[in-house]
Amino acid sequence: MKKYDAIVIGAGHNGLTNAAYLAKAGLDVAVLERNSYIGGATVTRELHAGWKYTNCSYVCSLLRPEIARDLELPRHGLQVVPYGGGVTFKRDGDYYGNYYDHNRQYREMARHSKRDANAYERYTADVMKQTRLIRPFLLKRPPDPTSLKLRDLRDLADFAGSFMEMGEQGLADTLKFWTKSVGDYLCEYFETDVIKAHLGGSGIIGTALGVFSPGTAYVLLHHYMGDVDGNVGSWGVARGGMGAVSGALAASFQAFGGEIICDADVDRIIVKGGKAIGVALKNGDEYHADVVVSNLDPKRTFLDVMDAQDLPADVVKKAENFKIRGSSGKLNIALDGLPTFQGLDKNSPLMLGDMHFSDSLERIERAYDDWKDGTWSKDPYIDMLIPTQTDPSMAPPGKHMMTVFVQYAPPKINGGEWTDADKDGFEKSVIDQIARHSPDFKDLILHCETRTPREIEAEVGLTEGNIFQGELTFDQLLFNRPFPGYAQYRGPVQGMYMCGSGTHPGGGVMAAPGANAAREILHDLRKPNTVPGGYADD
Amino acid sequence: MMLTTPFHSRIAAACELNCWGDWMGYTTPNAYIDVELEYFAVRCTTGVFDLSPMNKYRITGPDAEAYLNRLVTRDVSKIRVGRVGYTVWCDDAGQVMDDGTIFHLAENDYRICAYARATDWLHWSALGFDVTITDETAEVAALAVQGPTSCAALTAMGLTGLDQLKPFGLTEFDFEGESLMVSRTGFTGDLGYELWIAPHKAEALWDKLFAAGKPYLIKPFGTHALEMARIEAGFLQAGVDFMPAEEVVRNGRSRSPFELGLGWLVDMNKSVFNGRRALQQELARGSRYRFAILDVDGNKPANHSFILKGNKQVGTVTSAAWCPTAKTNVAFAQVEMPYGAVGDELVAEIYYQRELHWTRVLAPCKVIDAPVFNHPRRRATPPGNF
Amino acid sequence: MTDNYDVVLVGAGHNGLVCATYLAKAGKKVLVLEANATPGGCAATREFSPGYSVSSCAQWLNQLHPAVTRDLALESHGLQWAARELASISLDLDGQHLTQRGDHVEGGNVTAADSAAFREFHAKTTKFAKLLVKAFEARAPKLVESNLTDRLTLIKLGLGLKMLGRDDMSDLMRIILINMYDVMEENFDSAQLKGLLSLDSLLGSHMGPRTPSTVFGYLYRRVGEVFGHTGHAQVKGGMGALGQAMAASAQAAGVDIRLSSAVASIDVDAGRVTGVTLADGQQIAAAIVVSNADPITTFERLVGLRNLETDTARRVSQIRCTGGTAKLHLALNGLPRFTGLDDRQLGQRLVIAPDMNYIERAFNAVKYKEYSTAPALDISIPTVHDAALAPAGGHVLSAIVQFAPYEPEGGWDAHRETFTQLIVDCIASYAPGIKQQIIASELLTPADLERDYGMTRGHWHHGELGMDQVLMMRPFPGATQYNAAFDGLYLCGAGAHPGGGVMGLAGRNAAQEIIKRGAAA
Repeated sequence: MKKYDAIVIGAGHNGLTNAAYLAKAGLDVAVLERNSYIGGATVTRELHAGWKYTNCSYVCSLLRPEIARDLELPRHGLQVVPYGGGVTFKRDGDYYGNYYDHNRQYREMARHSKRDANAYERYTADVMKQTRLIRPFLLKRPPDPTSLKLRDLRDLADFAGSFMEMGEQGLADTLKFWTKSVGDYLCEYFETDVIKAHLGGSGIIGTALGVFSPGTAYVLLHHYMGDVDGNVGSWGVARGGMGAVSGALAASFQAFGGEIICDADVDRIIVKGGKAIGVALKNGDEYHADVVVSNLDPKRTFLDVMDAQDLPADVVKKAENFKIRGSSGKLNIALDGLPTFQGLDKNSPLMLGDMHFSDSLERIERAYDDWKDGTWSKDPYIDMLIPTQTDPSMAPPGKHMMTVFVQYAPPKINGGEWTDADKDGFEKSVIDQIARHSPDFKDLILHCETRTPREIEAEVGLTEGNIFQGELTFDQLLFNRPFPGYAQYRGPVQGMYMCGSGTHPGGGVMAAPGANAAREILHDLRKPNTVPGGYADD
Repeated sequence: MMLTTPFHSRIAAACELNCWGDWMGYTTPNAYIDVELEYFAVRCTTGVFDLSPMNKYRITGPDAEAYLNRLVTRDVSKIRVGRVGYTVWCDDAGQVMDDGTIFHLAENDYRICAYARATDWLHWSALGFDVTITDETAEVAALAVQGPTSCAALTAMGLTGLDQLKPFGLTEFDFEGESLMVSRTGFTGDLGYELWIAPHKAEALWDKLFAAGKPYLIKPFGTHALEMARIEAGFLQAGVDFMPAEEVVRNGRSRSPFELGLGWLVDMNKSVFNGRRALQQELARGSRYRFAILDVDGNKPANHSFILKGNKQVGTVTSAAWCPTAKTNVAFAQVEMPYGAVGDELVAEIYYQRELHWTRVLAPCKVIDAPVFNHPRRRATPPGNF
Repeated sequence: MTDNYDVVLVGAGHNGLVCATYLAKAGKKVLVLEANATPGGCAATREFSPGYSVSSCAQWLNQLHPAVTRDLALESHGLQWAARELASISLDLDGQHLTQRGDHVEGGNVTAADSAAFREFHAKTTKFAKLLVKAFEARAPKLVESNLTDRLTLIKLGLGLKMLGRDDMSDLMRIILINMYDVMEENFDSAQLKGLLSLDSLLGSHMGPRTPSTVFGYLYRRVGEVFGHTGHAQVKGGMGALGQAMAASAQAAGVDIRLSSAVASIDVDAGRVTGVTLADGQQIAAAIVVSNADPITTFERLVGLRNLETDTARRVSQIRCTGGTAKLHLALNGLPRFTGLDDRQLGQRLVIAPDMNYIERAFNAVKYKEYSTAPALDISIPTVHDAALAPAGGHVLSAIVQFAPYEPEGGWDAHRETFTQLIVDCIASYAPGIKQQIIASELLTPADLERDYGMTRGHWHHGELGMDQVLMMRPFPGATQYNAAFDGLYLCGAGAHPGGGVMGLAGRNAAQEIIKRGAAA
């Protein structure tokens, strides 16, 4: 039996990133993947002949440019194309559009409210202040405030320094921002419902909170802090679907000599003498290694593939209490042609971007009330994209692929499992909402894949179908992610590490957790660091 | 798709270079025929500049004066009806948000012209005041008519008695049944006027002005020529020489009026105005920076230069130009205190390129006490016949 | 009476009286101006029906700081207790009531495991509350422009945090910003217990158990126990008697109190406060004006937004301050009977909050400016301990009601009757027969509380106690440390740090700040 230097469990984008950096440092690394295909939630799958579904994550902005460049992802086939656009349709037949061009954007906003259009400039500057604060920490491990180690104290001083630089008022504003709800925050700038709703969606995507729940302004930031080619806040599609990201990461990893083993369903991490020594598969195979890295979410890691008796009791308890709530579902739809939408020209650039139908914060909040009541939203918030307008490779010419992210969908329906009838009801609430604003939409549907938290968990392995591997709330951010005392990627067992979105800086196709974890592993192995730092002053 | 101003048909016809820029979303000419020739129209004959995209806000209501007095740094009660005042306005931290002009049109009726869009701030500032704020940017077309023969040209167009209008005065004429407002203002530092009219009369005004001005060698000029003129005249440009405070993302990158050499616009005797508390503290504590006009050795414009005192970097240049009338090489700089007092001798680190070859020069420079172009005709009433 | 005052204080609420007394003791000549005819503000007793009186705003005393009680010698100025150390009883429709007293919980469906978990939870949260007290007993420190005083507070807090030990320290940092719902789920099984504790976390606020920040709300309430209040206390004569005692103490210290003297404006000039003008036009000059009114009333109505700089005016207008709490008073012709409660238990604090989802659903309504169709209630029957509040044989029931909107669609007149009926129905489902006992009722909506007690939009805490509006963000950045916008203008009410509740610390801290600044104030 072969012994590796390191084994990474799960070929999601963070697992592959982590593995690539370990392999780059000269380690002999294997990535074990349960499915027959790699990518985790960063996949492209042909589920309808001729159509490629980017059926989990579907857009790209957070992917750290430092990593993409360092691992030569473009050379390995990754192309990220910005798409611009975006629109929220109103019930009264009008819409609010989000133009790529600054002047046009201003005029569209001014069409609804001149004051809002002007306030948007202040809003942009203020949000940018917060993104500037957080971005430098994406490619750093979070400091441990309870530690007295020199490295932690230095990191902590660094962290505090960035805060102090903002000045007394700026710092207080930052604290306010971090603790405010996205709804309240937006109300401080805007007067128009549809504009607030259009911007507010980013505050709840992937999160089991409502737009008026404190803390959601930070979630908004999480969706703003990415960039495409330095355009902070802008989003793009990966040509060929998000599978192109994992494909390029895999190719980069393999170019460093790494090995990917698919259909390798890990049963447990083998711990001997308080040290992780390898993994055992469900089929009985064992792989041994000095280092075992889990790209799985914290619940799956500590409550599933690890044995409670190998773990300190507090870790089991913390994993049990870890909040990883399913809040979203997804529809992936093959379309016979481009649908028409109320009030929009077929060639409108607005259709290139994210489309929404929730025209007020109250509608989004009421959708959340349904989730709290244990059911899917009857009037859901959806984030819909037709990437085939930007990327011709994903559907036959003239045909289109539509990805519809849906919120809210609870992990359980009234405490019970999702049934197929529930799934149909969920699907119908989404299709009907879209069809209300697009007369020809229903007729264009050739195939629809509907994914509730049940399907997402079953196929991707994300507990409860939570897309971020754990809620992005304060109890689970920075030095609290995934839980206090274990936020620096090291597991509770020697030789065991975490590298998934359940670690800092969290979810989204960012690859930063994987890279940060690799830095810590190499540090422990006393190997030279291969992981780049972040670009300065963006 | 860019917007066009009410003068666009005439400008497009005159714009031989087809060289356009973007000003607040409007298509505006950077240059018509040649930047230098356009510049000399301003300094030698009459130049015409389309300033329609300028943000214009109407402030009316019983609290209009009190409102403006709280908004801006200078004492608005001193701007009488029929007068115009240049001013800046600050945020609560005493940092300049913008500069602009206040037109006192009538009792309780003012217009503010601003570089940046200000609707949001103007509305927030209206909390507690009985005022109405209207964005009338698109409702008023405007031309700057600047240069030594501008008064003569305008008088020839029929604006009889214009020569009696004092600097910063404003008056009204009838133009084909529509009100034509004329103010003796401008951004060139020369004799000049600004014309304000309803958009549907814009083209007629342009045509009549150019017909009447022909003997006075009237020419249109673009943004690039204006840039030379305003630097020569010592005028700051928002977004270039300072960042409007609300747009600043990095703490400390904004500037107070004192740091921009605009302390003369600040009236600390007013009981309350935005920034008052902070500016009072600044007066007690001292400013961080000083605005300096530099007379730079040699003829290489010092754009983007570092300013050195010995080996120490003490500032940066925000605007620079060779001034063709004054025959001087001028730069505006932000210099750290205590440097940059009048007479201070500094060094500008200039990089310039000739035939793809870059050269670095360390040009000595000296802080001067006034703009290099300051002609008496700018103030004379009547302006005299140039 | 002289007009040469060092300090004019607007509003004789409890914080105002506390502040005034400390200032007077430090030698300042203080005048307190109160719009109402009685002192005390929200510490008030009112005859709402002939012969029936009730604590018409706050009804329990459970947070008053011991130093205030001591320094103001409240007991020698007339403060008497009708009852102390009352337990909280969470009512159950079937009479399986849960009783919580200190760290002890029993009854209902509480298991031994829950009991033990609660003891542990109580001990841990007491430690956290003690740390909060360190922050509450001083002005909120500035972080960037901190001076020595601020740095000392910060060091004290930092050390306190470290002293918790690694596990508790990280646990505090984990839960302080999040919601009660999750923390309850982590610790307990009993739905009743979870309901009771989460109601404690949000009384008087505009939040549900799932709203992040409610753990802070819970700790905020638990501060009372650190101050020695091991249960809820009832003041003899109602909370108005506390107001009277405080006023008496203030007067004994030399404070002049003028009742029925509404202040029309706080006057300012050139960045300084100059005095106040009364509603009758009389002007009173003073170098220091302290406002016990909430920040919105202070700045918007008394100072005037036009006298503030724009950003400050904007911040004032953006304070989150919309009440969601109503008060119901019932005059009863006899002692009500609650299923499964004996007479002794009737005198305790009775709570209707059967589970967290119940409260959360009640909260959903108020988000959309509707009232809860199944509200959560905090009930007191004060006449059990203090018969003088009602005619012989009569009783009073007073209930804090979560949630009621400030401005329901169509205005309160359209809803008052229905909502009152709905609350009574809710109580009647636990106390069958109570409807027949009702002689009179009074509903105080947030709008009524605003009218009677001057609290903007009826918010008890003078501004939401959300994490974005506490500590160095209270009431808003730039107005912390009690002094705001003008030299000589101070805030001493619940809108200032640490916040609302009958605690007295905002008043005490403000006084200390004014005294410390001395001539520079």
